Amino acid sequence: MFTDITLGQYYQTKSVLHDLDARVKLVGTFLYIITVFVCNSITAFIVAGLFLTFVIAISHVPASFMFKGLKGIAMLIIFTVAFNLFLTPGTVIWQYGVFHITKEGIRIAILMLLRLTLLISGTSILTLTTTPSNLTDGLESILGPFQKVGVPVHEVAMMMSIALRFIPILMEETDKIIKAQTARGADFETGNLFTRAKNMIPILVPLFVSAFRRASDLALAMEARCYQGGAGRTKMKPLHYEKRDGAAYVILVVYTTVICVITW
Amino acid sequence: MPIILNHVNHIYSAGTSYEVKALDDVSLTIDDHEFVGIIGHTGSGKSTLIQHMNGLLKPTSGEILYNGQNIHDKDYDRNSLRAKVGLVFQYPEYQLFESDVFTDVCFGPKNLKLSKVEVEARAYDALNLMGLPKEKWYSSPFELSGGQMRRAAIAGVLAMKPQVLVLDEPTAGLDPKGRDELLDVLSRMRTDEGMTVVLVSHSMEDMSKYADRVVVMNKGKLVMNGTPGQIFSRYKELEQIHLSAPAVTYIMEELRRAGLSVPIDVRDVDEAAEAIKKIIL
Repeated sequence: MFTDITLGQYYQTKSVLHDLDARVKLVGTFLYIITVFVCNSITAFIVAGLFLTFVIAISHVPASFMFKGLKGIAMLIIFTVAFNLFLTPGTVIWQYGVFHITKEGIRIAILMLLRLTLLISGTSILTLTTTPSNLTDGLESILGPFQKVGVPVHEVAMMMSIALRFIPILMEETDKIIKAQTARGADFETGNLFTRAKNMIPILVPLFVSAFRRASDLALAMEARCYQGGAGRTKMKPLHYEKRDGAAYVILVVYTTVICVITW
Repeated sequence: MPIILNHVNHIYSAGTSYEVKALDDVSLTIDDHEFVGIIGHTGSGKSTLIQHMNGLLKPTSGEILYNGQNIHDKDYDRNSLRAKVGLVFQYPEYQLFESDVFTDVCFGPKNLKLSKVEVEARAYDALNLMGLPKEKWYSSPFELSGGQMRRAAIAGVLAMKPQVLVLDEPTAGLDPKGRDELLDVLSRMRTDEGMTVVLVSHSMEDMSKYADRVVVMNKGKLVMNGTPGQIFSRYKELEQIHLSAPAVTYIMEELRRAGLSVPIDVRDVDEAAEAIKKIIL
């Protein structure tokens, strides 16, 4: 039931991208998001698109897998495009009743479509090629300086990694509970919005109970292993930069410069 | 009303790199009033198999007949099927959600759109049958002990009065006493109410003692199907697929090797003792 969701999922394979330091990928994704938002011309988007195509190609993640992730937000994209298409004021080129399409509207709609598509596929590359534990390690390391001003960076990173780790478990649990209640004759598909919401109770209560039970078990298990937080904690696999990470940074800088030059 | 599985295949995540063939050409008939045991190593497809029996999972190919009708026909009422084939999942106590046990047990029959009186009568019967102490009936299900929660959850399925009861490892995590009590209840349901019972278990002792027929699964394939005696006398093959025979089978085997002509296909310790006595005395 939930096996089709690819957002936030890790795709196991061997590629340069998988081997890159998580910090490079985090910085890269951050830069990429900024560039996609800065882009305001078709040329800039073509460059961003080509860059993404290149990244997907070296990631060895099948493109079909990437686009499946887009399906989940298809509705969002369609709405955004439609609103921009019909509601942007400007030179009218087509009109029917209150609906009108303007030249500016078409332009903005196309840019929006490209922006959202590139944004979602660009960010999913990060999670597809980085294991959750690497991701949080990278985040912890990047945010490290904030520790000095009192931000509990390690704790936040730990919470994130636990949250990520529990997504598939809770999904599986939800699937199981839905099946079990279906076996008891529960109906989740018919009725109006109100009855349907009410019908969710047999799923939500057990799910919450199990989430709390798992959380308390995990806390107990961590305490039994003497976990006390970040101070003085060493890593099993400390992050360190390699040559390929330097090369990746260079490529990122070049790409960002190109986008900036095109935009201004 | 027999359940017939006809060349059933089930593939998870078909067409992706996570593709798993969970069931591979499984054909199986479950007759009325039978006590069928399903054994297999972790990941052998037992749970997938039983979820096909009440139409929770749709086979990738093949057909499932209940009472002669294909349950995936367009006009087949799968909701009524779920009342006839009750399915108890692993750790069913995690599905309890109501504010008290009795209301929770009422959930199943209530979904069958029965009258209030009938719903409560069924819940009453089911809780009685599972032997849950009456003073616990109106307390929160989360205040019960693990074993009591399990009984309450199974009662929730029993209250739907299924003709076939399918259970996925109902004894996992129970203490020996709780396990024996539960299995005795199941066995009684079969003899008293004429219910068909399908039991997935890791315990070969339970299978040998209670089941009329044992089905062995390995890597999605149905590899053996026969009486416990027939199955467990092939313990060498079972070991190859990481299963075993009950301890008593091994003892009988050792005795035979030592020169005593005892039968191997005994069902439990008592029967074994009887057989040995007969030979020695």
